[in-house]
Amino acid sequence: MDLTLVVWRQKNAKDPGGFVTYPAKGISPDMSFLEMLDVVNEGLASRGEEPIAFDHDCREGICGACGMVIGGRPHGPRQLTTACQLHMRTFRDGDTITIEPWRAAAFPVVRDLVVDRSALDRIVQAGGFVSVATGSAPDGNAIPVPKDDAERAMDAAACIGCGACVAACPNASAMLFTGAKISHLGLLPQGQAERHARALAMVERMDQEGFGSCTNHAECEAACPKGITLENIARMNRDFIAASFLRRPKSGGGGWA
Amino acid sequence: MDFRSKVPDGPLPEKWRKHRFDMKLVNPANKRKHRVLVVGTGLAGASAAASMAELGYEVEAFCHNDSPRRAHSIAAQGGINAAKNYQNDGDSVFRLFYDTIKGGDFRAREANVYRLAELSVNIIDQCAAQGVPFAREYGGLLANRSFGGAQVSRTFYARGQTGQQLLLGAYQALERQVGLGKVKMFARHEMQDVIVVNGCARGIVVRDMVTGEITSRLGDAVVLATGGYGNVFYLSTNAQACNATAIWRAYKRGAAFGNPCYTQIHPTCIPVHGDYQSKLTLMSESLRNDGRIWVPVKKGDERPPSDIPEAERDYYLERKYPSFGNLSPRDIASRAAKQVCDEGRGVGPGGLGVYLDFADAIKRLGEDAIRERYGNLFEMYERITDENPYKRPMRIFPAVHYTMGGLWVDYDLMSTLPGLHVLGEANFSDHGANRLGASALMQGLADGYFVIPYTIGNYLAASKLEKIPADHPDVRAVEAEVAARNQRLLSIRGTRTTASFHRELGKLMWDQCGMARNERGLTDALGKIPELRDRFWKDVNVLGSGEHLNPSLEHAGRVADFLELAELMCRDALERRESCGGHFREEFQTEDGEAKRDDDHFCHVAAWEYRGDGQAPLRHVEPLVFENVHLQTRSYR
Repeated sequence: MDLTLVVWRQKNAKDPGGFVTYPAKGISPDMSFLEMLDVVNEGLASRGEEPIAFDHDCREGICGACGMVIGGRPHGPRQLTTACQLHMRTFRDGDTITIEPWRAAAFPVVRDLVVDRSALDRIVQAGGFVSVATGSAPDGNAIPVPKDDAERAMDAAACIGCGACVAACPNASAMLFTGAKISHLGLLPQGQAERHARALAMVERMDQEGFGSCTNHAECEAACPKGITLENIARMNRDFIAASFLRRPKSGGGGWA
Repeated sequence: MDFRSKVPDGPLPEKWRKHRFDMKLVNPANKRKHRVLVVGTGLAGASAAASMAELGYEVEAFCHNDSPRRAHSIAAQGGINAAKNYQNDGDSVFRLFYDTIKGGDFRAREANVYRLAELSVNIIDQCAAQGVPFAREYGGLLANRSFGGAQVSRTFYARGQTGQQLLLGAYQALERQVGLGKVKMFARHEMQDVIVVNGCARGIVVRDMVTGEITSRLGDAVVLATGGYGNVFYLSTNAQACNATAIWRAYKRGAAFGNPCYTQIHPTCIPVHGDYQSKLTLMSESLRNDGRIWVPVKKGDERPPSDIPEAERDYYLERKYPSFGNLSPRDIASRAAKQVCDEGRGVGPGGLGVYLDFADAIKRLGEDAIRERYGNLFEMYERITDENPYKRPMRIFPAVHYTMGGLWVDYDLMSTLPGLHVLGEANFSDHGANRLGASALMQGLADGYFVIPYTIGNYLAASKLEKIPADHPDVRAVEAEVAARNQRLLSIRGTRTTASFHRELGKLMWDQCGMARNERGLTDALGKIPELRDRFWKDVNVLGSGEHLNPSLEHAGRVADFLELAELMCRDALERRESCGGHFREEFQTEDGEAKRDDDHFCHVAAWEYRGDGQAPLRHVEPLVFENVHLQTRSYR
């Protein structure tokens, strides 16, 4: 296959950046999208041009490192598929493909297609955990978990933290990401003790990081490579509202009651 | 060098308990005065950093990804072993210990493996309490499945994403400590060297991958949890950035390297399909619970699998190993696949593949049951190959997956460089010459949650460590070396890309130091690797500068280290004149092609000491003593 790539190049966060067009010739339909970029990069390097920087690691759709907007859609046209698992057979010979970084105020560009997603880590730091110090746990079977609850918690926990939901949202909201973690832990008995405090703290941090609000476009759900559903946002809203009434954070205590 | 294993006295089941009492403690008020540097934030590193911070140590943690959640532990699919005996099928700590020793072909240290089996039960408790969504039975209790090399059902799992869920548990524990200010996290920082002052590891030199700044971080102890070195083969199931730089730099500063030749080739991966390929994708071993492996009886049979009648199929694992069948350990299953392909009976392009067939299981259990168990794996297979595995058997082939070798450590997980501790896949310790499925997650978490939090205190309480100023000459010297090395890579401006050298090295290693090895091939590789390394340092083209995010420079630095490590692997493989586990020397095999150990001469760990570039490293030996299991020929027939 012969393709034309229109790629966002940006030296660093301060550089305004811009699109550059590259031909991609002799591409095999069996290549993954990132392998296609590898081939283009080797070509650039052999001509003395600096390769296109993009985040990637496991290349099997689980680490969440890769992420780029391909043809206007986060991770490209195929549903439930990360960029690394997208194969070139999805495209047609002669196609022109635009490739951009995630665009969100909370995800500043580091270089080319690489963005800084550390805001997502900070949302987890605010409360995306069960406070259980090593060594203090009861026997694994001491607390039964209904199978359906475990399955739904697993559905939510499947989030890979790639940030596609934020990139897809017209408001650059991180509610699907945050809602997935609140749901995962809130659906399990182990997560109940901190359920309300968690919802308050994570939502507050999400707002501080500069993510937008949800206005029910559902673009996040459509873009999510792991099938995280809007239901998770509903659960987050429910926990947040309940917590707002039941458990206002203490003043000066760093958020945690 | 000190190669005493420091295994405590006493009967096997008492050793760890006794040792925990004998170890020195650090007063709670003094713990915050000790800074521990943890490099790598996968299962072992994240769990270690979180647990030590919970105890009160000041922890700094480093990872080269943009977030600790991306560590390659996340890709582990099948499960984690624990001797809970929830299934009432005869499991026990001793049986898990025994299976692991036998699975490792009697090349691991008894006391370490026993401790691992003991701690396995605590791991499940800890992870369940963290909210890891393990698979459950209808009554709400934890479910188990079987895995290769065991006849009991002791593997806990979270669909086909067990590694992801365990890592997220450890990551969340780590982020909790980051939020509390107890761990300082350095993401996108790559460790490039170890700082040794007065014979002890006292710090690391890191490169900020965004700004290119090279700085030192100093502390009282260094913990490496940086994973394995399978990417020396270029194509492997490892993530793209997995590398050996941290352990290799530590080796060159005085940490001996244990059993570098022990490599695990995983039997069930999607076969190679082109030269451009960047990685091999694993299909979880758990698939072998329900899938049957076969090839055509006839050579060069190119009929579609559905046209090949039952009588003309060879279910070779079931035929050769009737008691374990498709659940034979990985080294055995991989070698058997190689044998049938060498005979010309392989399937798919180039004849490098065997079938993994679910037709019988689908007939027995229904497609829905199979989808519930393995749906995400089937989807991944379909995405990559464009074939539907519900209708047509999967094609699989062995691929490099895990390295049992790593830095040598004693019972306290400390290397021969005092103060430098090594956890998880980065150390050599628990899997001998072959790792059983679902044991890597167990080892990473045992080391991180339950071993290092105790043993680090013993080291810190027993050592007199003076504060090191940031401008100490030993610190400045290492910083300067690191900077010079990066500058040298950037100034070559040759004609070839780093990837082309990496591919060339990988092919050489796969051919000569892969699934089967022999003296001729290894000797040949030992001639070619230094020559390839010379060409790399003369002709590689690394673009850009060191002052910004530069993936080309990162890759070049890692490949430069692989080019040195590869030589040590071949040297170790050549010196170990026996076959054991994943190390198969063609000269040493039984009549029916099984690995033939030589316990009289090789029942030991080989630990290599670096003696300078251009000088042959020194091979030391730690004898392995088996007091609780009898050395026997491993049989899965």
